[in-house]
Amino acid sequence: MTKTVIVSCGTAIATSTVAAKGIEEACKEAGVAVVTKQCKTAEIQAYIDQGADLIVTTTQMRFDPGIPVINGLPFLTGIGKEQMINEIVEFLKD
Amino acid sequence: MNIKDFLCEEAIILGLEASSSEEVIRILGGKLRDLGYVKENFIDAALAREATMPTGLPLGGKYNAAIPHVDIEYVKKSALALATLRAPVVFYNMVENQVEVPCQLVIMLALDKPKSQVEMLQSVAILLQTPEMIENILSANAVDEVFGVLP
Repeated sequence: MTKTVIVSCGTAIATSTVAAKGIEEACKEAGVAVVTKQCKTAEIQAYIDQGADLIVTTTQMRFDPGIPVINGLPFLTGIGKEQMINEIVEFLKD
Repeated sequence: MNIKDFLCEEAIILGLEASSSEEVIRILGGKLRDLGYVKENFIDAALAREATMPTGLPLGGKYNAAIPHVDIEYVKKSALALATLRAPVVFYNMVENQVEVPCQLVIMLALDKPKSQVEMLQSVAILLQTPEMIENILSANAVDEVFGVLP
């Protein structure tokens, strides 16, 4: 089943674009069907209400969203990137 | 279209002596404003965003970088500005807002469309993930040296 990942950052234009692309590529390689939805951190709740399996964010979360959250900063910095990608793929696999 | 296509020669400052992240944002934002890429209120918006959602990135090497940017409504036409700093100034960590990140490279992103310019943003990420590139940019004395290093 296709999984939905919310990818959030401050403005929904820069860092989440890099993260969303990275998630899509990693999932494609792993054979995991995924849809990414990019949004501003301030809009996360509305996207959760529409249904989502995971949040990958490059900003600080200020509330408990009720679904798992993974820090997507490694998509930018490269530090711990492989481990983070594995974590995302593992989580989304059926 | 990658980082080189968007980076403005006239908005590159090498060896800037600045005492705060605010000063760096004002100077780079001022360049982009004077060159006609961003609106008058871009700088205020960038400072406001930095205060609530900072853009400092701790990197793997000796040096860290910040990538100040704001919503598309403040931008007329996409462009990048870049500063290397003689001494680091403090930005705050993008995911841990209380944590200081002393940054010596600042790349200001002015983007006029959402969810686009993927290639350019990916080349920024490649740059951030390659400590040798960062070191070469920080030691550059001329603008064309910077272009020579960029991915």
